[in-house]
Order: sequence, then structure tokens, then C-alpha cells
Amino acid sequence: MAPDAAERIAIDSDADVVTARQRARALAVTLEMPSTDQTLLATAISEIARNITTYAVRGEVFIELVRDAKGRRGVKVVARDQGPGIADLERALTDGYTTGGGLGLGLPGARRLVDEFDIQTAPGEGTTVTLVKWSRSA
Amino acid sequence: MADPTDPTAVNGQQDARDDLLSELVSHLSNNRTELRQEWARRIGEARLLTALTEEEIFSEATSVYDNYVEVLETGSVEALQDYARNLSERIIPRGVETDEVLGIVLLLRDVLARSLFEKYQADFQVLNEVLDAYEPAANRIANTVGVNFVQERERIIRQQQEAIRELSTPVLQVRERLLILPIIGVLDGQRARQLTEQLLRGIRTNRARVVVIDITGVPAIDSTVANHLVQTVDASRLMGASVIITGLSSEIAQTLVTLGVDLSKVNAVGDLQGGIEEAERLLGYTVISGAVDKADDRV
Amino acid sequence: MAVPILKQGPFLIASIQSALTDTDVLQLRDDVMAQVTRHRSKGIIVDVTSLDVMDSFVSRSLRGIAMMTRLRGAETVIVGIQPEVAFAMVQLGMSFEDVQTALDLEEGLALLEAGFLGT
Repeated sequence: MAPDAAERIAIDSDADVVTARQRARALAVTLEMPSTDQTLLATAISEIARNITTYAVRGEVFIELVRDAKGRRGVKVVARDQGPGIADLERALTDGYTTGGGLGLGLPGARRLVDEFDIQTAPGEGTTVTLVKWSRSA
Repeated sequence: MADPTDPTAVNGQQDARDDLLSELVSHLSNNRTELRQEWARRIGEARLLTALTEEEIFSEATSVYDNYVEVLETGSVEALQDYARNLSERIIPRGVETDEVLGIVLLLRDVLARSLFEKYQADFQVLNEVLDAYEPAANRIANTVGVNFVQERERIIRQQQEAIRELSTPVLQVRERLLILPIIGVLDGQRARQLTEQLLRGIRTNRARVVVIDITGVPAIDSTVANHLVQTVDASRLMGASVIITGLSSEIAQTLVTLGVDLSKVNAVGDLQGGIEEAERLLGYTVISGAVDKADDRV
Repeated sequence: MAVPILKQGPFLIASIQSALTDTDVLQLRDDVMAQVTRHRSKGIIVDVTSLDVMDSFVSRSLRGIAMMTRLRGAETVIVGIQPEVAFAMVQLGMSFEDVQTALDLEEGLALLEAGFLGT
């Protein structure tokens, strides 16, 4: 379950994808995250939220501020759907839609853009992607 | 001794300790002037905080003293933390060292402990209990001040490193539309990334069309850094600027080929002089006719 | 929100005004292709200055537009990619190697004009 403090954005259409990344960017701004990192975060969210509209039709995104043991702050995003799930996760995380090596879900790209990336999925069980972008400033 | 498993006994102990602490606090408040003076004297004697004047030492000593008593009274170190951070911020630039800060806090601990000895020396039992109540709090205070000082120091060092980094990678505009980025020193992933961000912003502000990155001053490059360089080239191109890399030593070139880094997209020229000539050729070439051929080469 | 497409001489200028949904992107593609056909344009500029995110879908779609217009004899130049966006695109693995890019509208037009003066 996503914690109570998280903001929930229902993903029902491609306009919601835009909303989700704009909200996350707004949160990143409150942490004074450098603009490059804001953009990396917003782009990563766009990738994972688009997987929802494309493959699961609908789902939800939770966005919240987090703090680690060292006091470092960051933005955590959870994208969850009850869609078909991913059977070949390894391949989905393999780079290179151009080379045909991956599935072209944007997951390897999204993973490179953030500091922490986790995915839970199984065929028929839906997919939950969790990512965190930490603020570089102390 | 009370049974430690009996909760009422524990509460009773706690109450007794609270009573002792409040007695302690009133003792320290009543003797504030005298104890502060004694502390300042001991600081001078130990030759600590020599960077500060006597008045400054006394004024800081007063604040630390009052914060100290407050911590004993309320059990909350928050105000002390803020003060310690603020104090550190002021005294670090003046060259005050960690051992001095720990030294003065330990001195205060000693001054106060001695005054407690003096007050309660007649009753050894009470003295013991007072010290039992005082010590953990005093240790916590010393710890708080020390940790905050060290954290503040680390923060300042990080800031300075950041500043040095920025200084060490200037983005120079040598002529209209042409930027030069001379990189000197060891490149790691973080610096390479920072440099890319700086360069991209530089391209925007200077409306650069060609960038020469000179790595003559870089002793070694590993595959991570090489990939960063390739990304820099790609990102610059996305903004409409071509990148020329100069000063790639034959050792580095060999390493990169061995590592299998794909440099096919990188326009490399032997030295900076040649790089600038190539840049001017590109700039001239793009402005006059025939640009389509050139553009096709680029894609 | 639809992207306005202006005709300027032999060129078309599509200037994106705000964040694009996937539907908007597909609409843009169809509109550009229709206009290229109608005006027999020689070049297209897509101005993305106002985009603060270009994810893989937008990037691939813009590249697709460039490829398709090329087949109709028109060169597409993507202009105004922001520094942060360029950085993110490269991290994402979208480096647009076969697409023309320029700093801004002015540079893009200069690039197209130089190209046609030369041929």
C-alpha cells in the first residue's frame, strides 16, 4: 500500500500522464531539486505512466516526498495497475528497443533516469513500479 | 535497590531524577554569572578559541551556557542544535578547529561538575545521584555540539568542492557561436555529468553552434567517463551544436578502443589548434552554401 | 491541444505551445503530413521550446515525422530542445541521430534556407 501522505493521481487517459509528471515536478521544486533532475524525474514518470495507459488501460500513480536515514530528501513515485502484467521481465528491462532486444516499454530508460527503481509484476497480476529520485543537495 | 521490573518503582526513580535535574537547573541558573566567568577563564587558560576576542568568547559562552541549562531543563536539544549550527557557521570561517569546540564543551562540563562537587560534597549519596542525573544530559549536549560542528564543516567543505569544480571547468566563448571547454584534471562520473549540464546551458546562452572539448589535461579516461563524453556529444547535437574533441592522447585512444567504447560519432581532432580550425571551417561551412552536404555528414 | 502549423514560403512551422498528450502528438503527425502534401513543402520546423519533457513516445513520434516527411521530399528540423531535456533524452537513449536539430527557430530556418540555396 502507498502511504497516506502520498498524492494519488488516477491514470485513465493520456492527459493524466501529463498531470502525473507535472505534479511530481512541482514536488521536486519544493525540494529545490536541480532542474536537470526535475526533468529526469518527470521523464521517468512519463515512461512508467504511459505503460499504464498503453497496456493496462487504467491504474494509479502515487507521489510523495521521502527522507532517507541520512536525512537526504527525495521524491518517490509508485505506479500501479491491475493490467496483464509482464511475463518476461528480464527482457522488458533489457535496453534497446531499436535493436529489438527489449520490449520497448521504456523501463530500462526510466531506470537510468532515477536513483532507485523497483518493479513487481506477474502475468495477470498487474504491475507496480516504484522509483525514487534523491535530491543531490544535502 | 528497587525492583526494576516494578513499573511504579521505575516511575518513582524517574520522578526522583526529575527532581534532581530541576534542583540542578536552579543551581546553574543561580550561579550563572560566576560559572560563566569561570568557564571563560578556563577557555582562555586552555588557549582555546584563540581566533576570537575575549568579548566574543564571553558572549558565545553565555549563549552556550544558557542553551546548556535549557537542555537540562527541557530535555530537548533542538534549540541547542540550531544554536550549535549557527555558531559553527560563524566560527568555521575564522579557523576554529573541531578539537577546540569539543574542548570548550568538555570544559563547561568540567566546570559545572566541579561546582556540583562543591555544593554536594557533604552528602556523598546525593552527590552521586546528582551526577547520575547530570552526566547523561551533559554527554548528550557535548555530542550534539560536536556532531553539529562536524556536519557544518562537512557541508562547507562540500560547498567549496562544488565551487572548485565549477571553477575548474570553464565554458569559454572564443568567438561568436564557438565554445571551448578545456577539461583539466581527473574526470569522474559526477564531474562529467556536471560538465555536461554546464556545457548544455552554455550552448543555450551563447547560442553556440560548435563546441570544442579539449581533454589534453585529462590524465585517464575509463569507460564510464567515455560514455559520458559520448552522451555530451549527443546531447549537444540535440541542441543543434556539433562537438569536436581534441587532445585525445594515443594512450587514451587505445584504452577506449580496447574498452569497446563507440567513438564513431565523435569528431576527434589531434590538438586544440586543429580543433579550432575545424570548428571555424564548420561555422563557415554552415553559413554559406553547401550546408546540406555537411548536414548530411552529421546525421 | 492542437499544435498550430504555419506556412512560411516553402516551409512549415509547427510550434508546440504546451505539454503534449499522446493524442496531441499523433494529431500533430497527421496534420504535418496533410500540410506537407497540400503545400508541397520543402522543409518543416517543429519547435519544441516549450516542452519541458520529451519522453520516448514524443521522441519516437517526432523522429517518425522526420522520417515520413523525408519520404515526401521534405526535411524536418527539430528546434528548441532545452538543455535539461537534451540531457534526459540522451539518458533515455533517444539521441535523434538521423534527425536534423537546431538551437531555435531562427537557426532552424537558416539551416533549411542554406540547404536549399546550396542545391
